[in-house]
Amino acid sequence: MARQKANAPRCILKFEDVSLQFDQPRPALDRVSFEIWSGETRIILGAAGSGKTVIMKIALGLLKPSSGRVSVMEQDVTHFDERQWYDVRSHIGVLFQEGGLFDSLTIEENVAYPLLNQARFMTAGKKPTLDSVRPDVQDALNFVELGNTLNKFPSELSGGMRRRVGIARGSVADPDLFLYDSPTAGLDPITANTIIALLIKDREMRNSTAAIITHRFQDGHLMANFRYNPEKDCLEKLAADSPIRERTKFMVMNEGRLVFEGSESALDASQDPYISKFSMNPARKAS
Amino acid sequence: MLDWLKSPFLTFQEFVLLAGRATVNSVRRPFYGQDLFLQMDTIGVGSLPITVLIGFFSGVIMALQMSRALSQYGATGQVGQITAITLVREMGPVLTALLIAGRNASGIASELGSMKVSEQIDAMRALGTDPVKKLVTPRLLAMCVTLPLLTIIADFVGIVGGYMVAVPLLRLTTGSQYWNNAWRSLEYNDIAQGLIKPLLFAFIIALVGCLYGMRTTGGTQGVGRATTQAVVVASVWIFIVTALVTRIFVNL
Repeated sequence: MARQKANAPRCILKFEDVSLQFDQPRPALDRVSFEIWSGETRIILGAAGSGKTVIMKIALGLLKPSSGRVSVMEQDVTHFDERQWYDVRSHIGVLFQEGGLFDSLTIEENVAYPLLNQARFMTAGKKPTLDSVRPDVQDALNFVELGNTLNKFPSELSGGMRRRVGIARGSVADPDLFLYDSPTAGLDPITANTIIALLIKDREMRNSTAAIITHRFQDGHLMANFRYNPEKDCLEKLAADSPIRERTKFMVMNEGRLVFEGSESALDASQDPYISKFSMNPARKAS
Repeated sequence: MLDWLKSPFLTFQEFVLLAGRATVNSVRRPFYGQDLFLQMDTIGVGSLPITVLIGFFSGVIMALQMSRALSQYGATGQVGQITAITLVREMGPVLTALLIAGRNASGIASELGSMKVSEQIDAMRALGTDPVKKLVTPRLLAMCVTLPLLTIIADFVGIVGGYMVAVPLLRLTTGSQYWNNAWRSLEYNDIAQGLIKPLLFAFIIALVGCLYGMRTTGGTQGVGRATTQAVVVASVWIFIVTALVTRIFVNL
């Protein structure tokens, strides 16, 4: 799992003035621009319906923007057709809101799915066998501490476990970018923190680039202030000058517009009543 | 003014596009053989008992109805011929297709619909596989293989049903005359339309089921709606297509 990415920083995801208009008068996304660089963790905050998931779906090519340009790994993908997208998507890991697991497949088949079905793992058009990818699948499931669930079906697992399987499935192909859509939504605080701990562990072990969509400000706070200690297998607080703080950036969405982008300290310092709802500053939260 | 026409035309356009993509995908790598066999088992083997039952009784009913009509003209000996022709040309294909539409268009629509609303279709696309290729093509191919086979079985069992009524039950004719009549009355024209129809119906049932399933929106309620629509639309198209095909073959 600990394969290192190329060290030179590169732009993994770039939105330039991206808008998306459905039938409603208000656009789902209104001229949004941002860049995510390799090694960065991006926390995307916002109320329900503010356009967070739309960003994710555009980054995956599941929705087409009405205007603007999207680049993934320094490649302009704005006008890619579905076939071209399959190759791009095979470099992006994704965790859907409810896990998005295939309920007719076992946990093992679910996690093996990207390895078995993506063109880049095929040799001469032939799919690898389930047996040949089993070690990778087992590694990915051990990573989320579900190594003994290979033959279970998603319906036999709890909500938190399904998310963890989703994380294993997303990371098994060692993606360049991992998109998490509300990884903690609908979970109790303890399970939610376990999920965030996994995200932190994944960041440290794979040096991965991630965008995390959430409405819980605690998720961002944990990502920005804690690191994984492999010796003790637990989280510990970061030093004040740790580069990880720098590499964790926040953005806040409101009604399809990007209303804030910056570090956690800038988020905490914001006076805006909407933005400060997503910060850790307790004094402002009361107001 | 013509706004009410927009939605059906858009649906038809989507249907044609899906049909094109599913057909092209069937000759393009990668192939999902396992999914194909699974679907053939679900659609073909799974529908076999009910197809046999319905086929048998449609033959029985046909012979019973004809027994009265034919006895008026003293032509009860023709019962084998009439049963065979009506079953092979029309009743067998249409009844089997309606049955499979009720059983499998609904099954396909609800399965794909549930996958759509629980983000599994999006997940499939996001994980780099084409849902049309992985879900639609195996169902279409499985339907195209199994529906004609099921129709042939229904036709045969139906003729056997007609025999049971005509010979042991009502003694309208002798066994050898019944079979001889049934066999000799069938021409290539009848067999051809009896096999072309199920192939066309297979396209309709599989693609309508997939289309309505993959367009599902609005949670579990949407899945129910998609399922109902799929069965209704597939059934209506089965009748329209059989009328068109019959019109062509009548003149041949």
